[in-house]
Amino acid sequence: MHATEQELFDSKISQEIRIEPKDWMPEEYRKMLIRQMSQHAHSEIVGMLPEGNWITRAPSLRRKATLIAKVQDEAGHGLYLYSATETLGITRDETIEQLHAGKAKYSSIFNYPTLTWADIGAIGWLVDGAAIMNQVPLCRASYGPYARAMIRICKEESFHQRQGFEILLTLSRGSEAQREMCQDAINRWWWPSLMMFGPNDDASPNSQRSMQWKIKRFSNDELRQKFVDVCVDQAKVLHMDLPDKDLKWNPDSGHYDFGEINWDEFYEVLKGNGPCNHERLEARKKAHEEGRWVREAAAAYARKKNHNHALI
Amino acid sequence: MDLVSTFVIYWADNTLILGHRNSEWTGQGPILEQDIALSNIALDLIGQARNFYQLAAVRINRIDKNQTLTEDDLAYFRDPSEFRNLILVEQENGDWARTILRQFYFSSYQFLLYEELLSSADRDIAAIAEKSIKETRYHLRWSAEWVMRLGDGTEESHARMLDAIQMLHPFIGEIFTAADFEYEAAEKGVCPLPEKIKSRWYKEVNSTLASATIPVLSADKISPNALSGKNGVHTEQLEDLLSVMQILPRAYPGVSW
Amino acid sequence: MDRKTEQWPLWEVFIRARQGLDHKHAGSLYAADAAMAIENARDVYTRRNEGISIWVVESKFIHASNPDESASLYDPANDKIFRHPGFYHLPDELKNI
Repeated sequence: MHATEQELFDSKISQEIRIEPKDWMPEEYRKMLIRQMSQHAHSEIVGMLPEGNWITRAPSLRRKATLIAKVQDEAGHGLYLYSATETLGITRDETIEQLHAGKAKYSSIFNYPTLTWADIGAIGWLVDGAAIMNQVPLCRASYGPYARAMIRICKEESFHQRQGFEILLTLSRGSEAQREMCQDAINRWWWPSLMMFGPNDDASPNSQRSMQWKIKRFSNDELRQKFVDVCVDQAKVLHMDLPDKDLKWNPDSGHYDFGEINWDEFYEVLKGNGPCNHERLEARKKAHEEGRWVREAAAAYARKKNHNHALI
Repeated sequence: MDLVSTFVIYWADNTLILGHRNSEWTGQGPILEQDIALSNIALDLIGQARNFYQLAAVRINRIDKNQTLTEDDLAYFRDPSEFRNLILVEQENGDWARTILRQFYFSSYQFLLYEELLSSADRDIAAIAEKSIKETRYHLRWSAEWVMRLGDGTEESHARMLDAIQMLHPFIGEIFTAADFEYEAAEKGVCPLPEKIKSRWYKEVNSTLASATIPVLSADKISPNALSGKNGVHTEQLEDLLSVMQILPRAYPGVSW
Repeated sequence: MDRKTEQWPLWEVFIRARQGLDHKHAGSLYAADAAMAIENARDVYTRRNEGISIWVVESKFIHASNPDESASLYDPANDKIFRHPGFYHLPDELKNI
């Protein structure tokens, strides 16, 4: 008696055997992966914009070089993820089309503006910090290409968080104006960073499914708590406050308690009503549209050369 | 400042300003892969600029014992009229064709110059050239390939290349018009006079343009230009660029970042 | 808009990390031609000295075995343990073999 495809799939998942592109998989699993991975890829690409804004204004040559390298890495990470998503049978063009049509989501955090140089530090420390917290367990995701892309990404990402923290550390040890800039950025980025872990567990139906399939390994709330615990100690090194009056150590749980997230804001930004949703999407569409003639030219040139080659 | 130091600053400014211009493309490229490629070139150029600025700072501080200049002082606290970069590199990016052609012209000259600088009488300058020439060889290859793709691609890309050729033509002459610091540096065996590289530059550039089905340039038809970036006389585009680039250090002088 | 006129082919990238190692699959990317694919691979997959040699091949030229046939392809090798050195029982005093 042969095991059904579904049974084979389930047994691979339970034995921690990775699923590979051509293996049979439930349609729902494929759909969930496509949604999550392409969202993730879009987040990297849209995420280039708020930081890219500051490349031309980076205040020293060293900072300028690191910021270019960082934003360039994000392009690379988007590319690894599009490439992994492609193994599920959807082309990069199709996924990008969904983004431009407003049908695909990306991380809401990138719909907040970068107002000062300190924001570049806060993004590195908090936003990349939250991203890493989310991403490290994904290195063990059940889908092989996703896990492999995440391993590569996590390896590269650690410099991002460190450069961000270093920016804030320098500001925190600087002039009064710099310290204010630093605190202000932390105030603005703290709550949106906590939102990056997604809705509370009881409001996140997809989450459970994703954990059963071992795409996700920890729940939203578990990861968020871990992030809060880590950041409280790091903020002390900066001598900066985290903007939450309810934040305090709870000896019983062994964790920091923290205040209620403004979920109305979360869902508003998610729906596209954040401060920069429109601007970000327009910027992506513009780059894509304006690049069309370039892509066409290179394709036409390659066809000509191939043709000439065939004639020889 | 001695004139050899000015020559060093000239190359620091060239590489910084072009690197800065290229970095304006980061996040806006025509396709992800090329976004990454041009960002890489921006990074290479800014890396070269830092080497040149650091060398210039050492030279200046050595002559004037009261000075403690750093690379950032030179990049962030000089006015447009103190910048020595070629007018070519400060030009706005325009479309991909203009960005590519600007890179191609620049890298072609830079590569031929670096080859000469390898045997410069100044060992520090020779060392930077040696370190940088591998990067520059790559920039040259990359941009030459794109010139061919665009020139011999579609009707539209061909037309856009012709526009770029016309736009950038007025700025070629300056490359080969020696400034006083180039005469002085050449005198000391530090660098060749640009004249020495001129015919090779036209030969190499024209050979690529010809394969790209674009009319070749004529060395005799250099349009006279009152501006001279080498002597600190720039287009307004440099002022716009610097007012963005230098904004933070100038708004908050005397602090670290 | 005709998608074909601007679509570049997909390429698979293989990287040799150092001398003495095999080329290993790193991922994929889009490029109009082979020269561009190698340059892109260098920029995308070796930004941190991950490689010293690059192979690219258009993805459409890769033929893969079918996982549904994996039983017939790979299981037969399972019981041919005589291909492995541990199958042969030899006296301990025998050296250098």
